Amino acid sequence: MKARAFSYFRARTIDEALDAAARSGDEARFIAGGQSLVPALALRLQAPRLLIDINHIDDLSGVTREGEWLRIGALTRHCQMLTEPLIAQFAPLLRAAAPYVAHPAIRNRGTLGGSVALADPASEFPAVVLALGAEMEIAGPAGRRRVGADEFFVDLFETALAPGELLVAVHVPLFRANQRIAFDELARRRGDYALVGCGMIATVEQDLIADIRVALFSVGNVPTRARSVEAALAGACLDADRIAAAQAALDGDLAPDDSDDVPAAMRLHLARVLLGRLLGSLLGRLGETA
Amino acid sequence: MSRAGDLDEADDAVRVRMVVNGRKTACDVAPRDTLVDCLRNQLELTGTHAGCEMGACGACLVQLDGRAVHACLMFAVQADGARIDTIEGLAESGVIADLQAEFHRRNALQCGFCTPGMLMTAHDLLSHDARPDRETIRDALSGNFCRCTGYEAIVDAIAAVAEARTTKASQPAEGSSS
Ligand SMILES: Cc1cc2nc3c(=O)[nH]c(=O)nc-3n(C[C@H](O)[C@H](O)[C@H](O)COP(=O)(O)OP(=O)(O)OC[C@H]3O[C@@H](n4cnc5c(N)ncnc54)[C@H](O)[C@@H]3O)c2cc1C
Ligand code: FES
Ligand code: FES
Repeated sequence: MKARAFSYFRARTIDEALDAAARSGDEARFIAGGQSLVPALALRLQAPRLLIDINHIDDLSGVTREGEWLRIGALTRHCQMLTEPLIAQFAPLLRAAAPYVAHPAIRNRGTLGGSVALADPASEFPAVVLALGAEMEIAGPAGRRRVGADEFFVDLFETALAPGELLVAVHVPLFRANQRIAFDELARRRGDYALVGCGMIATVEQDLIADIRVALFSVGNVPTRARSVEAALAGACLDADRIAAAQAALDGDLAPDDSDDVPAAMRLHLARVLLGRLLGSLLGRLGETA
Repeated sequence: MSRAGDLDEADDAVRVRMVVNGRKTACDVAPRDTLVDCLRNQLELTGTHAGCEMGACGACLVQLDGRAVHACLMFAVQADGARIDTIEGLAESGVIADLQAEFHRRNALQCGFCTPGMLMTAHDLLSHDARPDRETIRDALSGNFCRCTGYEAIVDAIAAVAEARTTKASQPAEGSSS
């Protein structure tokens, strides 16, 4: 199928994009990588009358260190997660997740901002952003604001972004030497959306887990923090018993629905298995000096 | 190019200028025309195939400013000012001649529908990773569907070319020692 007719506007600045959106109200969509939007237009799941192309706005690109934060421009392509040295050094969880996102050619074009703004509950990056406690920098008619990941993901494909607002950058707290990360997902085929996936970041002090953030995806309407799991692990010495306790705690954090091909009980089981594997890998790396 | 707010002229033709396979090209497209439709129907470059038209099969891969992208997941207007290289361009320039020969030699194609996309992916992979192992090659091909050949011969062909290219690169250039 083909998209319904629309007008096209190539914005050069954030203000140009915001102005165009403000003039067209609900009839406009921003297009970044287009890797989710173009199929949606072709299938006529969406039929906006104006596409505002944000790919040529310089202020949306670039990765820079700002004090204790790494600022990652919304237009940063998925493939850059694998090649950008600042991301490898200061946001390694994003790098660890990137190979699981789609296929190489889609990673050449898809953007971090597009993935986070879309908030597909089966996507890797929204969950990673949640695990990292990142902050989203948003530009709108009323100016700039920053929203923490815990408040950003509201419901199915729904975020704190109001219509006509632009996600400008994702700010990630700098990775520290006493932190450890783990990421993995279970999918039927490489590049497919995951049946269940998980990313985590732990802060280690004297071989104890001082603090840990665990986020899962493909488990409900939004990427989900496993708060009971985090509580079961905080301040603890990680061992087999503690991992089993964390796996049991997961039941309190997730309430997946039955879907056509994956019953809820199976998804919960897979999530427990995945959590066990990731904590096991973390256990082996607690004493390492980064 | 239309200005924001000209909503009533949505399907009017827009002039797009790009460098396609090294040649300056201009054509008139509706904003909703995808790049793959523009290449095939207007520029008569039919080597780029249209399969699923939703990013799943990889038949429509082209190079946009040197990186492989899906021509079905981009509108032609978005390519204004860009450099596009299609399978015709890569074939003419000779940069994939060894890949083409190896696909042929190993029967890595049957109907050939997937082949332009396979070659695009192989070329993109080998320009960033000179010595990929089989697992890496399979992973790179995860977005390319082939409904006839099975993937084994395709992986073999790409692995063989990677091997041959690195062997050649490590030998001293002809005449350099005398
Ligand atoms: C075959 C296939 C497989 C895929 N597999 C995966 C996968 O395994 N995991 C995964 O995570 N993704 C997958 N994707 C999706 C891909 O990662 C997309 O790139 C990503 O979801 C959206 O990013 P984009 O830049 O392409 O956004 P677009 O498609 O351009 O936009 C998506 C939405 O976000 C809005 N938007 C974009 N940028 C901004 C911004 N800066 N501010 C406000 N709103 C914005 C748009 O208006 C639109 O509504 C797959 C896609 C395909 C076609
Ligand atoms: S036609 Fe573009 S991926 Fe199938
Ligand atoms: S050779 Fe027929 S689809 Fe690959």
